[in-house]
Amino acid sequence: MILIKVTSDVTVIGGGPAGLAAGISAKESGAEKVIIIDRNNWIGGILPQCIHDGFGIETTGLSQTGPEYINEYIKKARNLGITLLIETMVLNFNNKLEIISASKKGLLKIKSKSIILAMGCREKTRGNLIIPGDRPSGIYTAGLAQALINLYNIMPGKNIVILGSGDVGLIMARRLKIEGANILGVIEILPYPNGLPRNVVQCLKDYNIPLFLNHTITSIEGKDRLKKITIAKVDKNKKPILGTEKTIKCDTLLLSVGLIPENEISSDAGIIIDSSTSGPIVNQDYRTTIPGIYACGNCLQVYDTVDLLSIHAKIAGRQSAINTLKENNNNINYAEKKIIVKPGNGIKHIIPQQINITGMINFSIRVDEPKNSTKISFKLNKNEIFIKNLKYLNPASIINVKVKIPKFSKNNILEVSLNE
Amino acid sequence: MKNFHIAIIGGGVIGSAIARELSRYELDIILFEKESDVASSTSKANSGVIHSGINSPPKSLKAHFCVEGNKIFQSLAEELSVPVKFTGKYIIARNEEEIKDLIKLKKNGIENNVKGLRLIEAEEINSNEPNISSKYALFVPSAGITLPYQLTIALAENSIINGVKFLLETKIIDINYINYKYNIKTNNGLFQSDFIINAAGLNCRDIVQMLEEPDFKVYPCRGEYLVLDKNCNSLIKKLIYPIPQKKYGFLGIHITPTIDGNILLGPTFEYINNINDTKTTKEKMNLILNEVKEIIPSVNEKAVINAYSGIRCKISPPEYDGISDFRVENSKINPGLINLLGIESPGLSAAPAIAKEVVKIISKNIELSKKTKFISKYEKYKKFSDMTNVEKSKTIKRDTNWGRIICRCENVTEAEVINALSNPLGAKTLSSVKYRCRAGMGRCQGGFCTQHIIRIMEEKFNLDRTKIKLK
Repeated sequence: MILIKVTSDVTVIGGGPAGLAAGISAKESGAEKVIIIDRNNWIGGILPQCIHDGFGIETTGLSQTGPEYINEYIKKARNLGITLLIETMVLNFNNKLEIISASKKGLLKIKSKSIILAMGCREKTRGNLIIPGDRPSGIYTAGLAQALINLYNIMPGKNIVILGSGDVGLIMARRLKIEGANILGVIEILPYPNGLPRNVVQCLKDYNIPLFLNHTITSIEGKDRLKKITIAKVDKNKKPILGTEKTIKCDTLLLSVGLIPENEISSDAGIIIDSSTSGPIVNQDYRTTIPGIYACGNCLQVYDTVDLLSIHAKIAGRQSAINTLKENNNNINYAEKKIIVKPGNGIKHIIPQQINITGMINFSIRVDEPKNSTKISFKLNKNEIFIKNLKYLNPASIINVKVKIPKFSKNNILEVSLNE
Repeated sequence: MKNFHIAIIGGGVIGSAIARELSRYELDIILFEKESDVASSTSKANSGVIHSGINSPPKSLKAHFCVEGNKIFQSLAEELSVPVKFTGKYIIARNEEEIKDLIKLKKNGIENNVKGLRLIEAEEINSNEPNISSKYALFVPSAGITLPYQLTIALAENSIINGVKFLLETKIIDINYINYKYNIKTNNGLFQSDFIINAAGLNCRDIVQMLEEPDFKVYPCRGEYLVLDKNCNSLIKKLIYPIPQKKYGFLGIHITPTIDGNILLGPTFEYINNINDTKTTKEKMNLILNEVKEIIPSVNEKAVINAYSGIRCKISPPEYDGISDFRVENSKINPGLINLLGIESPGLSAAPAIAKEVVKIISKNIELSKKTKFISKYEKYKKFSDMTNVEKSKTIKRDTNWGRIICRCENVTEAEVINALSNPLGAKTLSSVKYRCRAGMGRCQGGFCTQHIIRIMEEKFNLDRTKIKLK
């Protein structure tokens, strides 16, 4: 036998906070054999490098650091007897729930009753933004810079500019300031910061780091190492305004310009991806378009806090376990009876994208621009079933809304929109 | 001071191809490269196209070396385990008027001895390339693609195995011709040689100037490119070119599939002042996207994962339309100085033939005797991502480092990174890893694997982490 063959009830791809929360929940919900696979040589995903605090506020009330928060999950997973496979990378899986993964032990073929996708996300790069200019060293994604300083004790530079006001960028501004770097500014193309309001205050304002809203980088200069960048104000269409250019001398540029859910292996397996979340289309159980396969964490949608991510991942874990306990577990056919959820006016994306049952459903919603006060309305086949006043909406924060879905028959459309 | 028979200046595809061709003979050869790796300039930043020779003026050296180079490309690439694919090319006419240009091109190609040219119509175009809207095209079967940096690296590394000495990060400061010897002063010491082969590309004039008054100038001409994500690889199968522009010998912004599955868009065409100015510009990026959308309307700029530019070594100024031929010649003043000047497109395709020509020139001056033990084969291991499951399993059993994936976008293993860092050239930068095994070349552009590559450099190669360079 050349491939090492393994069977499992629930196999989780990715051992970050989502994968751990889902795996633990699956085990606690009755799945007998649970395997969590991670390609790194540690479990915990990105959290070991997130040494700032603020983790757990929404779940435990404690404000822990990333390593503290995740260590509790790792301990729990070990105590429950979950198999943790590190340095193991999933190369592909299929709709028969067979996973092929590579590790130093060899090639593994894992046959599961349920699979949970928890692959996380990756950072957008300079290439994605097509920033013009030279191609010197000294340009890092914010997450890579965070790994370098927090895991390897390497300072990425001295005079640093950060492009994008995403949370990782804001946290890195403070982190590198504390380590003695000059943070010359955070550049944001939008008229509002892209990260959580608390991070804008705690990471920039408290440290007197300038934030340039409505600005972008128009040029990067430097032959070997970065020497300077040019920034400019942008107009309403995000186009640079001539005459507003300003150069900043710096040796390092960090990019915090967005995260992309990692779903290459999901698409290869035939899972349908929502173009607005860039994650799999799921139903109320976080089940993807392939029966038996569930999705959670940042590969489902990019979360702004690990807390909410963990809460949702637990639901996915529980549902995956219920699936393993059912007879003929992979044959549940939801296609007969479903509601398709459509994002309407003011809504960037909404999860779940499909509903197959009646009763209370938990929606996570992202709006497309900040609003002080508005109403959110749910219309099932054009009849309003739910309306609620919302305040201080921010695209950086996911909104959670619980809505009772009435009885329905056959195919339906639920449109969710903001009313001015 | 050791005397070498041959000193080659420049580790681009031309210098490396010459080094490899000369390493067949009993010669002491040294090659100087000023950057931290070979293929650091024009040879890495181009379209990677093996041209047919259809575009060059009949009887020109460009046409001759291109057609000859094209013929031997396949066997050379096989010897060196460098991938090539003769995908063929469509030169498309966007209107009735341009059909005349296709006919002219076909005639030119036939005169240059390019085989298999055929005018085709919408039906054939659509069935092979459904994303292209065009009524007429010229099909050029002998055009193809390769990985230019991998070819250069393989040529260089195979030369080393056959005894050529390569010095990286070695700049030529001055050269003197005294007592029939060239004295070469570099930042890494003094060297002596009987011959100098000037394959310095964009710097070719500086080298000539150290010995004689050059009769030409270099007019650097930048070309910018955009790289599309691999998930767009079904967009085209063949090389898609517009009708070449009348001026400058510029082939126009084209769409090129690559061996690795990405698609290249570009290059642009722009005379610049500084040979090192490889910047990219918003203006040209927009131009590329607009021109490509005219050929393939479905191209989406969200799929762009990278932008870069390369510089053509032109020796004819814009006011003369920038058209000039390659110059592969002996200096009339300094015996033993062989200059390779103005090697721009189709220099990559021509490289194997130019190397043979240089051997011919040298053989007229000294007697060359073939080595009994020339190792022509340069075996490269199969990439992990290209293996079958059974091959993967067996390889991991042999060496467990094959089971540890370092670059997740390209599925590159720790064993492949170690292998890249153990290269005979001694190149040990992040770029030298990237160009040898693709770690860091994928959609995350090194966001995840850089930290692991640094770890391997430290653990296995004792490199100081604070001194690790990008390139």
